[in-house]
Amino acid sequence: MKTFKPSEEVDFVIVGSGAAGGVMAKQLATAGFSVVVMEQGAWGAYGHEQDYNKDELINRFPSPEDRLLSDPKTQRNTFRRNANEKAVPGSHDYGCVVGGGTVTYGASSWRHLPYEFEEARRFGTMAGTGIADWPVSYAEIEPYYSQAEWEIGISGPSVEVRTDAGALIAPMSKPYPVRPLPLKSSGALMMKAAAKLNLKVTPNVAAIITEPYNGRSGCINCGACSGYGCQVKARSSSAVALLPVAVATGNCEIRVHSYVREINVDASGKATGVTYFNKANNNEEVFQKAKCVVLSANGTETPRLLLLSKSNRFQQGLANSSGLVGKYLMTGNGGGASGLFADPLNEYKGAVTGAAVLSYVPNDVKTRGFYGGGRMTARGQMSPIQYGLAGPHGAPSWGAGYKKALIEQANRRLTMVNFISQLPVETNTVDLDPDAKDAWGLPAMRITTTSHQNDFKAMQFFIDRSVEILKAAGATQVWPDQINDSKGGAHARGTARMGNDPKSSVVNKYHRAHDVPNLFVVDGSSFVTGGRNHPTMTISALAYRCADHLVKAAKTGNVTI
Amino acid sequence: MTDSRRNFLLKSFSASSAAWLAANWPAEVAAAEKAQAMGAFTYFTREQAGEVDAMTAQIYPTTDTPGAREAQVIYFIDTALVTFAQDKQDIYAKGLEELSRQTNGRPLATLSADQQIQVLTAMEKTPFFRTVRDHTVMGMFAAPQHGGNYKKVGWQQIGFDDSLNFRAPFGAYDKAEGSW
Repeated sequence: MKTFKPSEEVDFVIVGSGAAGGVMAKQLATAGFSVVVMEQGAWGAYGHEQDYNKDELINRFPSPEDRLLSDPKTQRNTFRRNANEKAVPGSHDYGCVVGGGTVTYGASSWRHLPYEFEEARRFGTMAGTGIADWPVSYAEIEPYYSQAEWEIGISGPSVEVRTDAGALIAPMSKPYPVRPLPLKSSGALMMKAAAKLNLKVTPNVAAIITEPYNGRSGCINCGACSGYGCQVKARSSSAVALLPVAVATGNCEIRVHSYVREINVDASGKATGVTYFNKANNNEEVFQKAKCVVLSANGTETPRLLLLSKSNRFQQGLANSSGLVGKYLMTGNGGGASGLFADPLNEYKGAVTGAAVLSYVPNDVKTRGFYGGGRMTARGQMSPIQYGLAGPHGAPSWGAGYKKALIEQANRRLTMVNFISQLPVETNTVDLDPDAKDAWGLPAMRITTTSHQNDFKAMQFFIDRSVEILKAAGATQVWPDQINDSKGGAHARGTARMGNDPKSSVVNKYHRAHDVPNLFVVDGSSFVTGGRNHPTMTISALAYRCADHLVKAAKTGNVTI
Repeated sequence: MTDSRRNFLLKSFSASSAAWLAANWPAEVAAAEKAQAMGAFTYFTREQAGEVDAMTAQIYPTTDTPGAREAQVIYFIDTALVTFAQDKQDIYAKGLEELSRQTNGRPLATLSADQQIQVLTAMEKTPFFRTVRDHTVMGMFAAPQHGGNYKKVGWQQIGFDDSLNFRAPFGAYDKAEGSW
């Protein structure tokens, strides 16, 4: 791997190596630019064939070098429901390894539908929300979705494309490159329910290849899926699908254990590089010089880093003249149910997410009484310890009753997990905790979030639909979820929203910060509205589009175009 | 080599359960004897191990199928407290003192099963009980290399096959349905 000296001014420094950072690194390095990717985590199994561990206990209590997610004990964060509360220690974490969250994620890879980019125009806004149209249309992004699907390696159904308002799947100029994951028993039961209830069910769209593709082998259905690193490189993470291509150009260095604490700027307000702690060398502070900074640190760390990058010129944090950095946080909310079936499903085998129910994706405010929709997914996969700790439904948490129910329900439960289109609310934020510090002495991330009333209705709706579907599928017993408003975790979006007006957005339609001409912010934080959750494919497509623009601009010698 | 581990195991089982074990799982009992090669406890004193072992036996009891005792969960916990769960040592130390107060210093295992359940139910919201409960579950279902789940008895009960890979169909319903 090519390495650069920190004093060497590279063309691009990219903060983060996940869904967006991986695409940016690959595209920029392939175009001939020098790139340093800052990753605060370790290498993971990058560059090895099958080193991720399937041992559930080790995966649950990893050594620092084996860690795939951030550790809330060092990367501390706090949480509160609203601004009147004092925040308490939080459990928010995110992918923290070369490849970021794509190393361990469930890998659902749905596109946004065309109307998800223009919900304000099509469906109107709502009091107490920041619903707005994106500054970019589906038609503009569509080619980049295809590029992402084919370069990253996405499996999915053969798609019957409709373009009308009730469409359940986005129109695609190319089919999915790889055939879908197996049916699973959950899929068979969804089909049964769908026939009775007249629902549309398809295989999940997943960044998991099912057959050899781009030099990688297909999924072996091992079952150690979401939360684990893939042992056979079948999950199309940035670490196997993108970063190796970037490194192979000889233009890209991945610098691990590098925890960026500030984006530096000069007197003219341009970014000059980043300052980071080298965790591998006593947290020595290092400044990496760069012509242009790309921030892809995820929907929570990206706004935090902007807010940490205060200077005389940018006293409210970098790129924050709008005051919107960290605001409009959207996290992964949903609601579902689980049901018991007579025969074994063995959902623990194969990929985590099975069949998808698409019928409730479109908006239907009139009938349902709430704004937005959701994609329902069938699951049931639990590793043994996870299953035992969560315990059986409707039973004690220990003793003979626990054991009996645990054994009875084992492998016979099907769970529906459904994401809703969480609404952007200005008071849902990521900011800097005034008191708590992380292990490096920096202000800890503080998450403040309570979902809009609309979203509680949506959660209840999907709980009710799940009960209906499970019963139609023949469940002998059904347990609806309790409504549970999210406290953070995966799928964070919206915290550096894109838009044409610098007063009401943080970045422009090409992800350039309105306030800093050579700073690009590309990840879930750019989202204006949440879509139907499942954000990763859109993050990837946005990154391809941003990189395309950057390459063209940089080739003219001016990334500030 | 001390015989503490073997003696501990044998004393843990009541006479009837030892006979029942020998009848039903001769291999397991033989192996438990063989386990003496593993030596004494790493973290617990024998008295502490006895108390925690009795707790695990109520949390995941031996019924018509093996429980925490047969899965040797106590060895999982003993190892856990010097490895990934070192930060829980204090909870165990204080919790065991509290347990002793609750039983007036009598070993938990010497109480009747009903009395044991009563004592533990009164403690079930404490960090100590919750920790032992979670560690018992982990000891039942973690890979045997970590000391519990002896001979995969935990995995067998919940029908978990630890093969490295699988081929569809996986369950009864996809088998009946075929593929997409």
